[in-house]
Amino acid sequence: MTPVLELDGITKRFGSTLANDDVSLHLERGEVVALLGENGAGKTTLMSILFGHYTADAGEVRVDGQALPPGRSRAAIHAGVGMVHQHFALAANLTVLENVMTGTEPLWRLRSDRASARRRLTDLADRFGLPVNPDARVSDLSVGERQRVEILKALYNEARILILDEPTAVLTTQQAEGLFATLREMAAKGLSIIFISHKLNEVMSASDRVVVLRGGRVVAERATRDVTKGELAELMVGRAVVRPKRSPLRPGAVVLEALDLHLSGKGGAPLRGLDFHLRASETLGIIGVSGNGQTTLAGVVSGLYPPESGTLHVRGEPLKRHDVAHAIAAGIGRIPEDRHAEGVLGDMATWENVVLERLWSPEFSRRGIVRRKPARDATTRLLADYDVRGARVDSRVGLLSGGNMQKLILGRVLDAKPSILVAAQPSRGLDEGAIADVHRRLIEVRARGAGILLISEDLDEVIALSDRICAIVDGRLSPAIPVEHADARLLGLMMAGDWSAATDIANDADRMETSDAL
Amino acid sequence: MRFERRESTSATLTVLAPLGAVAAALVVAGILIAIAGANAIEAYGLILRGAFGSRLGLTETLTRATPLILTGLAAAVAFRARLWNIGGEGQLYLGALAVTAFGLLPGVATAPAPVAILACLIAGAVAGAALLLVPVALKLRFGVDEVVTTLLLNFVAILFVSMMIEGSLKDPLAFGWPQSVPVPDAALLPQLVDRSRLHAGLLVALFLAVAVWWVQSRTVFGMQSRATGLNARAAAFAGVPLGRTLTIVACLSGGLAGLAGAIEVMGVKGYVTTDLSPNYGYSGIVIAMLANLNPIGVIAAALFSAVMFVGADSMSRALGIPSYIADVTVALALLTMLVAIFLTQYRVRR
Repeated sequence: MTPVLELDGITKRFGSTLANDDVSLHLERGEVVALLGENGAGKTTLMSILFGHYTADAGEVRVDGQALPPGRSRAAIHAGVGMVHQHFALAANLTVLENVMTGTEPLWRLRSDRASARRRLTDLADRFGLPVNPDARVSDLSVGERQRVEILKALYNEARILILDEPTAVLTTQQAEGLFATLREMAAKGLSIIFISHKLNEVMSASDRVVVLRGGRVVAERATRDVTKGELAELMVGRAVVRPKRSPLRPGAVVLEALDLHLSGKGGAPLRGLDFHLRASETLGIIGVSGNGQTTLAGVVSGLYPPESGTLHVRGEPLKRHDVAHAIAAGIGRIPEDRHAEGVLGDMATWENVVLERLWSPEFSRRGIVRRKPARDATTRLLADYDVRGARVDSRVGLLSGGNMQKLILGRVLDAKPSILVAAQPSRGLDEGAIADVHRRLIEVRARGAGILLISEDLDEVIALSDRICAIVDGRLSPAIPVEHADARLLGLMMAGDWSAATDIANDADRMETSDAL
Repeated sequence: MRFERRESTSATLTVLAPLGAVAAALVVAGILIAIAGANAIEAYGLILRGAFGSRLGLTETLTRATPLILTGLAAAVAFRARLWNIGGEGQLYLGALAVTAFGLLPGVATAPAPVAILACLIAGAVAGAALLLVPVALKLRFGVDEVVTTLLLNFVAILFVSMMIEGSLKDPLAFGWPQSVPVPDAALLPQLVDRSRLHAGLLVALFLAVAVWWVQSRTVFGMQSRATGLNARAAAFAGVPLGRTLTIVACLSGGLAGLAGAIEVMGVKGYVTTDLSPNYGYSGIVIAMLANLNPIGVIAAALFSAVMFVGADSMSRALGIPSYIADVTVALALLTMLVAIFLTQYRVRR
């Protein structure tokens, strides 16, 4: 039987870089294939060629044995290829039904046949278990629902081959699990699916077969049940990557203490009476389902907005003013949750990004005038010290890869020698190699005596780095448990809001600490 | 064909792009001139001769460029911080009116000229800034879109000027014409060239262009205002006080537009009428865009615009082509400039 989709010898060159080098792969009916690779391995380029966004320099795409004309998205859609982009291509001001119908009707027809379109959409939604309200405006939908609309849009166009580009990048763990259950069901009904990912867990749990890309070439192709996570990681990175682990340290004095923080709104989930303390040489991990107040908490500690009530003590002193300059002056280093939207200004030069948050310091400005030479010198040094690749002092930061951008942010923050570090989702969207780099830095900072508030949805990361862990649920924090007691079941209970076991453990730990002190 | 973001834009390209854009605009406008029945080369020759060919032409061109530099700077400063000040026209009129009102104060007419001039310039700038602070306060407090408020305030401001020059600021010696009391002699800007309208306002405008460039590229405030314009959320994360930055930007922008009015009334007209400005405020927006928001580029863009307008007048008399061709050419240059700016940031790939 011919495979439903074949890519044969695809080669694509951008300038001097070879994005795809003689890549071949095939997809059978009813199969889920994971395309695994680090950022920059050529996954997205390959799928863009398949979908006709780029034309390949060499090679051919065949659907059911028929070659697709290169560079024609419409032909790909017509042949039954549907693409769900990482950044959704939906019109926020239209309804779900309107979005799905867009492009399916000839422009010169005056009336559009909504009734039958609606029927088809609800049929599809029922058949594939993708519930949506056809009349909801897309701007009112959650990220998970928007993705569902994207998939429905592809199915509406009679896609038999579905390609998802990093489908879980914007989803929470729960939403991701839901998505993969749906994908399996769709495959069982005869659809063929390729999903692009750099996350090993989801590749292991959701695919039948894995194709590993590295440096634009296929380096391995395995049935998922025949490989282990470790093997895949090594294939993907090209060397054995070990995430560094923390070594136990004796925590010092309390450096940051929050007492009964309240904050409603501010665009995120509210905080409703949140307490914690953080010691020197200690990492406090905060886990939780997204949308429970993580962003708000990071914002308050970062000095972006003041709490409505409650106080934040830094080294025993209440923080006098809640603004960024005071937070930084008080020794709080901040790694933002969203590097592109908050961490850097993509259109500004590297050196400007490095000094912008410390412009008030006499090192970088005098009487309101920027001291360009010290600023540029500091940047040159920082680029070398933190191994930021692809950046020059004057180049635009927006061109950096996610990993290098994060290294730059880490460098900027750590260069100021903070005694407290707020790290919000520090490795989100990074590949394995970059994650290891970030973790190594965080461990270093802790060893140097800083206290780290690590807010993350990645449980492996939190367990590897934290000394104590608590869960944030609906704007409150659970008691903190020592990491030695952390297991999947207990953490799951904590995130679900059942804190009885955690409370016992936390009380025991406190007693131990007290008796140690005696 | 695809577009790929350039890593960085070379200095040569930054200079060549606007020149290429202007050349392209002239070619397209040339086709229009040909359609209107004249020789385009001849027409452009006449425009250049009209603008530069005589002492009168040259001084008129520079006189015309002076308010355009200032309104261009006003727009460029604001747009850089993503504050869409469309109200330059109203700020200009209010600045002009403030000078005449201020001139009525006891002491101004009798003060030494440098003092009177400086005080009147400040009065104009303050009036322009004050008019822009209202929409900016509304934007910061209630999120009101400043495009709408600044645009509509133009009409409010011009009607207010109209009311004042028919009312309490009306010149009693003007035989009933609606014009304001004159600027006191002490506050009139000195002429730069004898027997011409060219006045010292040009020097003020050139100085301010350099000053604005320096502020934007070298000061903490300049960096913060650029950051605000590029990505307000990231700027806030880095501790840029957004409200304060936008307020200062508004003072600068409104102040520059107010100065344009003050200088026009102190250098050229001597009194305010409602036809003081042939849309200098709106032209400033076009000039700022033509200059890619670069303060030094504003000088060049304002000169280009002034050359076209002054030159087109004499060309039109000689060839019978409507002088509207100047408007068309400037508008075309704006469009080609937008394409050129895009091409400085992206390269074309097959």
